[in-house]
Amino acid sequence: MTTETLIWLIPLPPALAFFLIVLFTNKNKALSHSVGVGAAVLSWLASMVVFFRALGVEHLGEHPFVSSVNWLPTGDTWFKIGVAIDPLGAAVLFFVSITIFMIFLYSVGYHNFGQPKGDHDRAGLPPHGATVTDEQGHKHTVPSVEPMYSRFFAFLGLFAFGMYTLVVSDNLLTMFVGWEIMGLCSYLLIGFWYGKPSARAAAIKAFMTTRIGDVFMLLGIAFLYSATGTLTFREIFTEEMLQHLVSIDPHFLGLTGAGLIGLLLFIGTVGKSAQWPLHVWLPDAMEGPTPVSAMIHAATMVSAGVYAVIRMFPLLSLDHNTMTVVAFIGTFTAIFAATIAVAQNDIKRVLAYSTISQLGFMIAALGIGAYVAAAFHLITHAFFKALLFLGSGSVIHGMEHGVLHTGNHSVDPQDMFNMGGLRKKMPITFWTFLIGGFALSGFPLLTAGFWSKDEILADAWANGHLVVFVTLALAAFMTAFYTMRQITLTFLGEPRTKEAEHAQETPWTMTVPLMVLSVFAIGYGWVGIPENFLNLQLAPSWFHEFVGGTLAEHPEVIPFNPIPLIVSLVVALGGLLLGWLYYRNVNSAKEDFFQIPLLKNKYYFDEAYQVVFIKPVIWLSEVFTYKWLDQGLIDGILHFFGPATGGIGGFIRQYIDLKVINEFIGDGLAAVTQETGRTLRPIQTGRIQQYMMLSLVILAVVGALLYFMLGAGL
Amino acid sequence: MTTAQIIFLVVAAVTLVSAFMVVTTRNLIHAALWLVATLFGVAVTYALLNANFLAVVQVVVYIGAIAILFIFAVMLTRKEMRDQGPQLNSAWWISALLAVLTFGGLVGMLWGWKGMDTLASEMPVGFDSVSALGDALISPNAFVLPFEVASVLLLAALVGAVYVAFNPRSGDSRK
Amino acid sequence: MIPLSWYLIFAAGLFSLGLFGVLARRNAVAILLGVELMLNAVNINLAAFWRYGNVTDMTGQVFAIIVFAVAAAEVAVGLALVISVYRSRNTVVADEIDMLKW
Repeated sequence: MTTETLIWLIPLPPALAFFLIVLFTNKNKALSHSVGVGAAVLSWLASMVVFFRALGVEHLGEHPFVSSVNWLPTGDTWFKIGVAIDPLGAAVLFFVSITIFMIFLYSVGYHNFGQPKGDHDRAGLPPHGATVTDEQGHKHTVPSVEPMYSRFFAFLGLFAFGMYTLVVSDNLLTMFVGWEIMGLCSYLLIGFWYGKPSARAAAIKAFMTTRIGDVFMLLGIAFLYSATGTLTFREIFTEEMLQHLVSIDPHFLGLTGAGLIGLLLFIGTVGKSAQWPLHVWLPDAMEGPTPVSAMIHAATMVSAGVYAVIRMFPLLSLDHNTMTVVAFIGTFTAIFAATIAVAQNDIKRVLAYSTISQLGFMIAALGIGAYVAAAFHLITHAFFKALLFLGSGSVIHGMEHGVLHTGNHSVDPQDMFNMGGLRKKMPITFWTFLIGGFALSGFPLLTAGFWSKDEILADAWANGHLVVFVTLALAAFMTAFYTMRQITLTFLGEPRTKEAEHAQETPWTMTVPLMVLSVFAIGYGWVGIPENFLNLQLAPSWFHEFVGGTLAEHPEVIPFNPIPLIVSLVVALGGLLLGWLYYRNVNSAKEDFFQIPLLKNKYYFDEAYQVVFIKPVIWLSEVFTYKWLDQGLIDGILHFFGPATGGIGGFIRQYIDLKVINEFIGDGLAAVTQETGRTLRPIQTGRIQQYMMLSLVILAVVGALLYFMLGAGL
Repeated sequence: MTTAQIIFLVVAAVTLVSAFMVVTTRNLIHAALWLVATLFGVAVTYALLNANFLAVVQVVVYIGAIAILFIFAVMLTRKEMRDQGPQLNSAWWISALLAVLTFGGLVGMLWGWKGMDTLASEMPVGFDSVSALGDALISPNAFVLPFEVASVLLLAALVGAVYVAFNPRSGDSRK
Repeated sequence: MIPLSWYLIFAAGLFSLGLFGVLARRNAVAILLGVELMLNAVNINLAAFWRYGNVTDMTGQVFAIIVFAVAAAEVAVGLALVISVYRSRNTVVADEIDMLKW
């Protein structure tokens, strides 16, 4: 099979799995997850084949795998869609396929496959646990299987289809299709436990918020298509096409055409990748089944947004203003989300804000032109953040076990202050989480996060973006700090609750993905070690060479500078150390200095949006549109027209139809005819002699008349 | 006044009186018998007109067949109406008036006709009106077609009369 | 000799009497009798016109013969009808046989 065909086929198995599960196998849990995991394996295998074939191609950037078909006839030309794998696509495909495969595998354990059915479990609510009696007659409460188990795998399959479509697309349109499919899936998965009002609200919030970005993105796509007549990346990113885009003046804030398009597309990313100011949906998305869908949103789908801007980098980099906006948004988001993360107690929310912050790093890197660094951080982050989310899910799962054991359901299994000392209970989870956390913090030399974050900082320093550099360094410091806070509160020390004492290690389907991902969380950083690190003249960075080849202009290798390295070391180690030193002694939320209301409440962004946008919109829809316009004006008009028409109709009926037509014309004619008939009826006596007499009389009269009138002639 | 004229007047008077009796007499049997008398008078008139064959046929067909048929019909239908009640309907005077008017109209019309006083020419010598009539009836150049049509009409009337008068309730006759 | 007018007036009288019978008699058989009188009056006219016209032209007599045939047919069918009506309605009074009305 050619590589191109294989690329076409990559998104197919998950889509098939979706339809198979929804239509046929949804009654059978084992069959459903077999189909789902099988599809994930198939796509993963195909992706691996494509990836390694891509590695074997010299100058893949100039000669990517491409294949396209005519899709929509547009006048005398065709709108083409197709697939393309260039170095960036190959690198993204690599991590996407692995993480998706891991999600599928992990879901089997997370949703308690093989456990008994819950006692009071209902579809739409998380499982509450089941009571079983063992051989000694002791009653145990054990986790119960998710009631909508099959549905979850169906949604995952659809999600995977969207993600793969997005990655392999060679044009903006199908990429946008995949993008929107993922938007739908995020809605479905966040609201998976639709029995919970908070989950419903979060699902709607996520959908609406990302929709804002998507609308702008669609505008950008439309503008781009009308300006160039094509949406295929290769055709847009040619020199003359880009020059043409720059030369367009849309008369908007002094931006060039390219700048405006780039900005519009970037707003799509702001929504999808939860950048400030559209970041509000991502923390709430943690309402989804912990942590699998959260991981989807945080580690995979949001990466799609960053992937999209990285894709569009040649276009974005044309306009200085756009790049400034991108850099500002990214940098601000990085520090902004990091400060919030410090004050969160929910283990998943910390990770959610951490994700926002790290995505800000990538966007900032892109904004300062550090294309390779952004892509590198995207991939390393995807690995270690996936690891962290799955680890947190494992922790929560273990805590839920403890909750079921004690039966005290008032204990929140996600609150870090209820944990502590879990390293002994859940060793695999602890060690993998530790690896993920250190990678996130940028623990020097060993972890992937160090190399990628260091590269961003080095780029910022080397390109003279001092503000960005300082802000990102501060954000990195806080990242290390809250990560250590999380690890300390969760795993170190002694158990703070009875539930934490009874926490249990999770099954192999959950721990194996953790171990696999932790390998990448460490090892993937090594492919991107810069060649002149410490001026050691190492081999050229493979990642830099490979992904950098995507761009027509090969990005130059930045010279080594000790300052960013030292800063990076200091913030990482300092943050970790401070975090450990401080939180080692903190045993409850009250003792935590960082429970500042402003941070705890996320700078009141939700409240502000509530007041600024949601309330007016609700007022507009409920009061203005519904009450005044709809009920008052339109209904009023209708209510006027209704009786008026009825009145006219009644008048016509009463005075024209009934009187004139019915009585005068209809009944009148009938009456006249009837009366005439009644009058003439006696003539018809049926007596033959009278007829004869009459005819004779008439004959006589006629004869006489003829005789006397015409008689002269006769 | 010649003998012929006297004979005619007598015959005409007898005939008209008989006819009057036919339409006025109460007893239908008598009316039928008066009809026989009238028809006989008409037969004499034919003879006066030298229409020998017609005179004979008048006697044979009219008196011998039709008048007898009337008598049978009267006898078959007179079960109830034994000459009771009036034989003329209430509007008889209108009928009489109409009859008189008709007569007056006809005579009045004839009165002004100049052919009224035509006298009959002498019968040609050797002319046999009976054989001439026979020739005319069966000659293809003359009236063979009306003759045959009349015979078919008679046959049809015969069949029709049998069918109409046939009483399905008296089943015996069908054997 | 007898002029033609005598025959014609005689025939007219006979015709008028027959007409009176047809119009005035209640009994259906009597009506048919009146019809016979009228037919005979016509026949007299036919014979008279034959005699007073061209004798060798037999048209008048032939017509009289045909009138005989028609009269015979008429009487046969008419009397059959009268008998049939009598059977079903038990009357031969013309005024009572008025099914032909509304």
